[in-house]
Parts: sequence; C-alpha cells; structure tokens
Amino acid sequence: MNHPIPLHSSDEHGDIPPSSADQGATKTCVPSLSHRVLRVALIGNPNTGKTTLFNALCGLRQKTGNYPGVTVEIKKGRLNYGDHELEIVDLPGTYSLSPRSPDEMLAVELVLGLRPDEPAPDVLLSIVDASNLERNLYLTCQLLELGKPVVVALNMMDLVARQGREINVSALQHRLGVLAVPTQANRQIGLESLKRALLQAASLPPPPRPDIFPAPVESELENLRTWLSERPHLRSARKVGATASWPRFLLLRLLLDSGSAVERRFREQYGEEISAFLNAARQRLSEQGLSTAGLEPRLRYAWLRERLRDCVHQVRPPAFNWTDRIDRLLTHKLWGTLIFLNLMFFVFWSIFRAAEPLMHALEFTITEAGELVADWVLPQPGILRSLFLDGVVKGVGSVLVFLPQIMILFGFITVLEDCGYMARAAFLMDKLMAKCGLSGKSFIPLLSSFACAIPGIMATRVIEDRRDRLATILIAPLMSCSARLPVYNLMIATFITTNTFLGYWLPALVLLSMYLIGVVLAPLIAWALKRTVLRGETPIFILELPPYQLPALRLVAYRMVERGWAFVRRAGTLILATMILVWALLYFPRTGIDAHGNVVNFELACVELLARRDAAADEQEKEHWHQQYLETQAQWRRQSWLGRAGRWLEPILRPLGWDWRIGMAALASFPAREVVVGTLGIIFGVGEDFHDEAESRQLRQRLQQATWEDGTDQPLFSVPVALSLMVFFALCSQCVSTLAVIRRETNSWAWPIFTFVYMTFLAYFAALLVYQVGSLLT
Amino acid sequence: MSAELTLRLHQLKPGQRGRIARVVGNDHISQRLLEMGLLEGDFVEVLALAPLGDPIEVKVSDYRLSLRRSEAERVCVLLEPGHG
Repeated sequence: MNHPIPLHSSDEHGDIPPSSADQGATKTCVPSLSHRVLRVALIGNPNTGKTTLFNALCGLRQKTGNYPGVTVEIKKGRLNYGDHELEIVDLPGTYSLSPRSPDEMLAVELVLGLRPDEPAPDVLLSIVDASNLERNLYLTCQLLELGKPVVVALNMMDLVARQGREINVSALQHRLGVLAVPTQANRQIGLESLKRALLQAASLPPPPRPDIFPAPVESELENLRTWLSERPHLRSARKVGATASWPRFLLLRLLLDSGSAVERRFREQYGEEISAFLNAARQRLSEQGLSTAGLEPRLRYAWLRERLRDCVHQVRPPAFNWTDRIDRLLTHKLWGTLIFLNLMFFVFWSIFRAAEPLMHALEFTITEAGELVADWVLPQPGILRSLFLDGVVKGVGSVLVFLPQIMILFGFITVLEDCGYMARAAFLMDKLMAKCGLSGKSFIPLLSSFACAIPGIMATRVIEDRRDRLATILIAPLMSCSARLPVYNLMIATFITTNTFLGYWLPALVLLSMYLIGVVLAPLIAWALKRTVLRGETPIFILELPPYQLPALRLVAYRMVERGWAFVRRAGTLILATMILVWALLYFPRTGIDAHGNVVNFELACVELLARRDAAADEQEKEHWHQQYLETQAQWRRQSWLGRAGRWLEPILRPLGWDWRIGMAALASFPAREVVVGTLGIIFGVGEDFHDEAESRQLRQRLQQATWEDGTDQPLFSVPVALSLMVFFALCSQCVSTLAVIRRETNSWAWPIFTFVYMTFLAYFAALLVYQVGSLLT
Repeated sequence: MSAELTLRLHQLKPGQRGRIARVVGNDHISQRLLEMGLLEGDFVEVLALAPLGDPIEVKVSDYRLSLRRSEAERVCVLLEPGHG
C-alpha cells in the first residue's frame, strides 16, 4: 500500500496526513525491513536538542565511530521498535550542507552514502527547532534533494506554545512532502510517534525534489555531469566515492560552492582542469544574473516562505519573553562581564578545590584496597608485588584520580550549554581570544586547564572549527595546572629566600610569574600555529544565541557519567601502560653494587631493613634502620635504568644547571608532573611520601646541602637552578595523561607527538635561558 | 518624512533597527550570512555589543545571532525612520 503523502506539495488542505491511526496499515507495508537494520541519519542545526534526542532514542546502546583525517566523533546508536531494529547515526550539528572543512565533508559523504565503509542511510531524520521554523528548515530543504525519505522532528514544541503559536503539522507535511512529528526530546515526549514515522517513511517514496533552481543552473549541472562522465578513468581512485553516477546534490555543491571541500576533493582527482571548468560555468551563470554566491540561500528561503505560508499561526499573545529580559543583563558590557567572571571563578574553584577531597579519597581508597589485595594474594616481596603495587595500582589510581575534575567540569558545561549560556560566554570572550586567532569558545577549555589540562582538552569539543579546536588543544597544556604546584612549592620553599628587599612578597611573585609564563606564551604559540601548521581561512563566527531554557538534570547526570567513562575507557589503557613502563625503568636492575662495594639485591635488602626497623626496640634504633633503608632505596633507584638514562642525558642537562639526579627525577615524572617531588625525595634519601612538615623540611635541607658529584663539591642547587627547574616544569609536557587525551581527542598520533616535541623544546630553551641569564646575574 | 539612511550592520547602535537592503560579497561568508537567515527585506535589530565592542548581538525575525564586526560589515541596513 502506498501512503497518501502527496507527491507534489499543494495548497490543498483536504488530504489526510498520515496519523497514528495508520499504524497497523504501516506495519503491514514494511515487512521487507524486518530482516535488516533500518539506517537513519540524524541531522540538524546546533542547539536543536539533537544530541538529547539521540540519547533519548538510543539510551546506552551507542558506540563511537572514528574516521581517519577527521576530528569529529560520530556516534551510532541502536534501538528496537516492535520487530524492527534501527541504527541511528548522529551527524555533527550544522546550518547547511555546503561543506568547507573535512569534518563537514564527512557529514555530506555519510548522508549521500559515499563512504565505502558506510552504507547509505535509508531515512533522513531532520531535527528542527520548531520555534524558529523557517531558518531550521533551510537544512531540511537541502535534505529534500537527496532522494531519500525525510522525517522532520519538530522539537522544542514547548517554546512554540510559549510564543503563543500553533503549527499546522498536517499542512507542513503536505507542503514539504515529508512526515513531521512534534517532539520535546528533553522531556521524552513524542518519541514513540517519531520511531513509528521513521519506519513508515522507509516504505514511502522519497519527497518530491523542490523545484527551486532556474533552468540555467540545471543545464550547467547537466554540462558538469557530462564533463565528469567523459573522464571515467580518473574516478578509479575512489577518493570522492565511486558511484555509478554522481548524486545530483554533490554536483550542485561542486557548482555552487566555490572553494569548498567538495571542490578540493574533486580537484585531487581531476586536477586544475575541473576548477577551470567550474569557474567558466559560474561565470556563465553570473552573466545571466545568477551569481552563485548566495544564490542557493536566496532561492531556498523564497521557496520555503512560499511553502510555509499559513503553516504557523499566532493563536495567543506570546508569553513573557524571559530571554529578552535575561539577555539584557547577561550580555551587558559591564554586568554581563561581571556575572561571567564570577561564574567562571566558581567553575574554576570547583574543579581546582572542590574536586580535591574527592581525588584524595579516591587515591586513598585505591592505594589501601591495592595493599589489602597485595597482602592477600602476593604477600611475598618480589617483582610481582612491586609490579602490582607500584605499577598497576598506582596506574589505575592515576587514571581514576581525574574523574572528579572531568565529571564536575562536564556537569557545568552541560548545564551552561543546555540553558543557552555557553553561546553568551563565547560572545563575551570572543574579542579577547580573537587577538590570538582563536574564538570565544576557547575560553572555558583554557580556563579549565589551569586546574587540569585533561578536562580542559576534553572540553574543546564545544569548538566546531577544526583548526581552532586543535590550536586550543595544543596550547591548553601550557596553562599551569594543579600538578605543577607541588614542584613550584618545593622549589620556592627551598630556594627563594624571604630576606631580600622584596621580602615577604618574593615567593608569591615567583609563583605568579610561573603562571604568567604560560599565559603569555600560550597566545603567542596559538598565533604562530594559526599561521603555520594550522593555517587556513578564518572561521566564520556567526553564532546562534539560543533562548534560555532550564536544563534537564537527568541529561546533565548522563553526560557527566558518559564523559568520565569515555576518558577511563579510551585514555586509561595508555596511561596505565606508561605507568608500568616507568615502574619497570625504576625497578630494574634490582641487583647492583651498594655503597660498600658489595653486590646486593636491593629489593631484598630494602625488605630486610624495613623488617629490622619494625622489629627495633627503641626509637633510636628504629631511626637507624629507617635511614639505612632510605639510603639503600636511593642507591637502588640511582642505578636503575632510569638513573642510567639520567646520567646519559647529563651533558645536555648541564647547560640548564641540572645534574643527572635532577634529570632522572624529571624523566620519572612523565606519568605525572608532581611525581618529580617524590622521586627527588627517593634519590636524596628521604623517601617519597611526606606525611608532615618535618619530613618535607628534611627534603628541603637535603636539596640545599646537595653538591655536585664531580668532585668539585659545589652546591647542586642555586636560585638559577631552582628557577630553571620550575620554568621547565611550567612549559614541558611531562604528563602522559595529557598526551593520551590529545591522542584520543584528535584521533591521531601526530598531534600528541607534536605537542610533546614542541613543549619539550620550549621548556628546554626557556630553562636554558633562565639558568644562563640567572647565573650571569648572581 | 526623513530620508532613509543606509548603514552597515556593524555601525548600528544597540537598540537600532532596520531592514536588510543587501548582503554584499561573493564568498562563503556572505553565503553563510544568508544561510543563517540574514535575508534582504528582513528586519534586523542590534541588541548588544560584547565588552570590547566586538562581536555584536543582533535579533533577526525571532532569533538572536552573534556576529563579528567584520562579518556584520557585509550587511547593508536601511535604518527605520524614527530609530535613528
């Protein structure tokens, strides 16, 4: 049975649109689908509730698809409706299907079924903000040309009611030749009808193609098709997707969008010849008064206005417009900025301070649980126990410890996005960020990076433009995160004396300047990146400021858990593996020559000394054995592979004022920057844990007393050496978690390697400069 | 009756309103402006300026957009008499 959707939209209102009463009939007409999965592509403008709808439809049955060369993450989800299984592909939010970037090109390829690895969708699900119908239907109007059934989800119907309007859904269906379903995705309203409509649409003929382009455009399209078909041999590369004949929509893009991603893709195969052909065609059209720039939007909107006449009615006066009132305050030059800064301070404080007790509790629980398990399963000291406790348990701990910050930040981001404030934040901060070639959307990720770069880098997802997002990711680790504080604090407390003329303020000034180094260098590096490796046209910053809405708490909670889990699952293994590698480099070899020239097994020696300490009768004896233990542990680490690497690197570290011990501590901090403090503690024989002020003071004394081992007995540390170490840690990328997250977020190894290399060079030369200049001055 | 005044959108002060006369330019920026619904004949109102005077917040039909001044410059506006 064919459904009574009119093939040609008309102004007749007499036709009965498909309604829920047809359900039985619909089911009988789609049995052919029951044996296979119905593929649905979900597409819509930003801020239409697209992701909310996707989550509401698929729940937890989702997975992430990665595509080479593309930074966007495309999600696929499955759902069952009756006997049918549907697969929904969530495409990135976009205002139009004229791709300029590889990311946008991917969306076009997916809806057209041009990717060899992905079958074409059976139905296109277009979600629109029903309170802003005409603008949202622009994209839908493009979808009508794809020759696929289209279902329109009229989302945010609550806002339409607040506007005092009513939408004549059946008229809309007739005029556009699509099925339309009113929904409210955030309250899960209309989902059943939507699923039904998707199945129903699959058995319907595609909507009639809107007849919007005048004859000259159509004939140029034909010319283009002929031109391409005369060069079939060039198509073998399958770069654009070798289909039997080019989809009309792709040719339309090729003709209308000068310099677009489609044109670039075709030029890879057909050479400059095709650009010459296209320019000539555009010239011919222009001579007939049909300049291709802006032609399509003008024609489509004219078509839409004509179709939408009488589809939306004002039935009541609109409810009080809170958005107008709130916006007068929140986008106000002075008040808006003050509110924004306070809000940002609160967000920052939450991830910087409020997450701290949670992080400590997590670490404590994991360590204690690890020791319990170790005592039970692996009570004997040895390689397995050490691997388990110092490698695996610490590794798992260092992954999970990020969860509070990630979840808190994403809680805030989801609330800010869902209530509509995120766009205002970008609006307020845009000019400031534009000075270094970024946009207002980079502000929150960068601010968050002062607490920790991991959630900050994950938060760059709000930035649509690929180059802006990459530039933000690459400079985010330059912000001084909370893991650098222990390093700064140790060095300042040990070497920055307070008895100079600046006196009391000097330590604070030094600390502040460590933060400023990142703040000053990051914009310069962003600026340089945007002119070199990330060069390209300035992205358009036309941003919609959506109406304010109350966020649905269920969705906020969902997103917090989802982001946290994504981090553990996708970056966790890499972090854990690095922890185990560094453990092995510090553990092996465990036999060597001790201070008395005897060959010993350091691990057994440590265990024995600890046993003696614990069995000691009085405090003095206890202390004696403890010192012996610390010395042996230091000896062990000094001759480990990592210690040898430190010695090997000493020639290039000397210009920084470092000896091999500092170098080794810096190497050992690759799993996390703050580890440098514990490693220095071990090497200088005071142990790695500092439980009280006395133990910390002991480390500070040892550092002050440390001398060069080359026989000169010069003090190892001086103010320039301390500053050089601090500057190095301010700028280096000694944080495997950051690199793992960059790897995951950019879907490539090239960017984490690039980050590591550029930051290490930057850190090295800055430390070199500080030490050399400092040495001249002192 | 006062003569109608044509300005570029970035020259409007907050609260000023007018009718879009033309979107100039042949590149993707003007195409995007049109795609976002800044069409000839439609009303547009400047609502606010960001702290450093850029970008600007405008209202078109029923929705709000934020545009950088360099983008708003593409839009020629016929100022509404009485709103000057």
